[in-house]
Amino acid sequence: MANMNEMATPAEVVPAAPSANAKVETRSPLRMGPVIALGGIIALLPFATSSEYQLHMAVMIGIHAVIAISLNLLVGHAGQISLGHAGFMAIGAYGTAILSSRYGWPPLLGVAVSAAAAGGLAFLVGHPILRLKGYYLAMATLGLGMIIYLVISNEVWLTGGPDGMSLAVLTVFGTEIDSAAQWYWIVGGILLLVYWMACNLVDAPIGRALRALEGPDALAASSGIDISWNKVRIFTVSAVLTAMMGGVGALYSGFITPKSADFMQSIELILMVILGGMGSVAGAVVGAGIVTMLPQVLTSLEHHESLVYGLILILVMVFMPKGLVPTLAQLARRFHR
Amino acid sequence: MREKQDMTELLQYVITGVTVGSIYGLIALGFVLVYNSSHVINFAQGDLQMIGGMMAVAVLTAGLPLPIAVVLGTLGGAGVGFLLYKAAIQPAGNAGPLPLVVITLGAALVIRGAAESVWGRGYYSLPAFSGDEAIHVMGVTVMPQSLWVLGLTAAVVIVLTRFFDATKTGKAILATSIDPDAATLMGIDTRRMKLLCFGLGGFLASVAGVAIAPIAFTYSTVGLMLGLKGFVAAVLGGLGNFKGAVLGGLILGITETMMSGYGASDYKDAVAFLLILVILVFMPRGLFGASGAERV
Repeated sequence: MANMNEMATPAEVVPAAPSANAKVETRSPLRMGPVIALGGIIALLPFATSSEYQLHMAVMIGIHAVIAISLNLLVGHAGQISLGHAGFMAIGAYGTAILSSRYGWPPLLGVAVSAAAAGGLAFLVGHPILRLKGYYLAMATLGLGMIIYLVISNEVWLTGGPDGMSLAVLTVFGTEIDSAAQWYWIVGGILLLVYWMACNLVDAPIGRALRALEGPDALAASSGIDISWNKVRIFTVSAVLTAMMGGVGALYSGFITPKSADFMQSIELILMVILGGMGSVAGAVVGAGIVTMLPQVLTSLEHHESLVYGLILILVMVFMPKGLVPTLAQLARRFHR
Repeated sequence: MREKQDMTELLQYVITGVTVGSIYGLIALGFVLVYNSSHVINFAQGDLQMIGGMMAVAVLTAGLPLPIAVVLGTLGGAGVGFLLYKAAIQPAGNAGPLPLVVITLGAALVIRGAAESVWGRGYYSLPAFSGDEAIHVMGVTVMPQSLWVLGLTAAVVIVLTRFFDATKTGKAILATSIDPDAATLMGIDTRRMKLLCFGLGGFLASVAGVAIAPIAFTYSTVGLMLGLKGFVAAVLGGLGNFKGAVLGGLILGITETMMSGYGASDYKDAVAFLLILVILVFMPRGLFGASGAERV
């Protein structure tokens, strides 16, 4: 919430805006450093991992990382909380499953169409919902997510209900994509692309417009920012990306249940964003990594998942409100000096 | 004859709806109380309700008589409310809404997780306070426990209203909610008032939890839905006054019971979520539009 404080008084904001403009003009529009670093990690990781299981974890982290990045654009940068993003994930997953298994569509077309559908829904509900602030927005997004969950759980004829439904193996150009290694490169590629886009978006004018959304509306409006259009735009983009990865994840795991759409899943996504660092693209990836591995590392977690998640949420907010990556970066800078 | 039967059925649904609605109303009262004093929406409100029911069951299982279990259950919820403020809200200082959403959400998960660790994931219930003998009025069946629920809700509303109108502490809480700085200047310990409100909120929630435990099961994850419905009730009532909160609860309870009585029982829970979307979008001030001074 650092940005919130920065935006607190108009006097602080007005001089900040031109200097930020000046900075961008002198800097190359493409930031490659962090992207090359992540690319290196993705390229080298398979050499460090030996088992299929570790690759499987890497794929899961990659899928979550893309969603966390897209959610972070909404929550961390624009300051608009969503407690219903698991709903969009489920629209992607179930859309893909229904279109490909029940209606025989090519799976990738299914992913594209269901991601577009999620985007359409986000666009439609975004206008009225994003006018709400703080608690009200949290409750409204939660309500939206729960309605999606209830529809998926109850429309058994379409979704299989609580029993879930299975998906066919993805075939691309006659090749079956069924090993964790194949999926690793696909998800790694998507992650790198989204990471690169997000890094650049954050520093582009639209990124600064997003950050202005976090502060008082009148302030953003007086800087010539179309508030509601920008809010709806980022909400839609994050819904599309989240649904897309929901579809990819469904194709990867081959089986989905309504559990993927429930409230705890939305909490997990928010936890990734908050733990890694709100407003930090790299933080979203780190957060996704930690939250995905947490149950594996703490095997005793099984029955205490909500207890541990809850404690982490409170502790991070009280002691490290900026999240892991920004806090560590700050410490490193202080140490350097 | 057929018409009379329909009327009886409708009346039965209304009575069930009013009973459930009173519970939502009690939880909504907790929301309003906490929100008015400290401008926090306590996402853990439903889980405090669960704690009340669970504790009462635990005390009863330990061999103590029902009245003591009921009292200890409600005090347990109040205690957890105090603890929540001391351990999570106060350390966060003047955090904005987004961190506070996350903190109370985290607290809800911690309470739920702790309850699971202690009591497991089983379903529990309490015996009815005054027997299971149904009362028949005009062909409609009323359980004595429903009357307990209604009576307790009414009593709580009356006592709370008196408390805020006529006691020094009540007025200090009101002053804190209207302008904390001015209240501090007048010598009011605003922190203590907020702490008190979190405790009172927990108390109200657990009164609801204990009262409903003989009718509906209590289990570790019951809080999420109940908390959300309590919030819907509070927003329906305008998130400002107590009577609005209870009325909001009754409307939600009756709508829900009608929905499941006349068909779509699968989507009973969706009513609350649809309502909240519609209300927030079209009537952000709630049905009974709280007066401007009370809403910030």
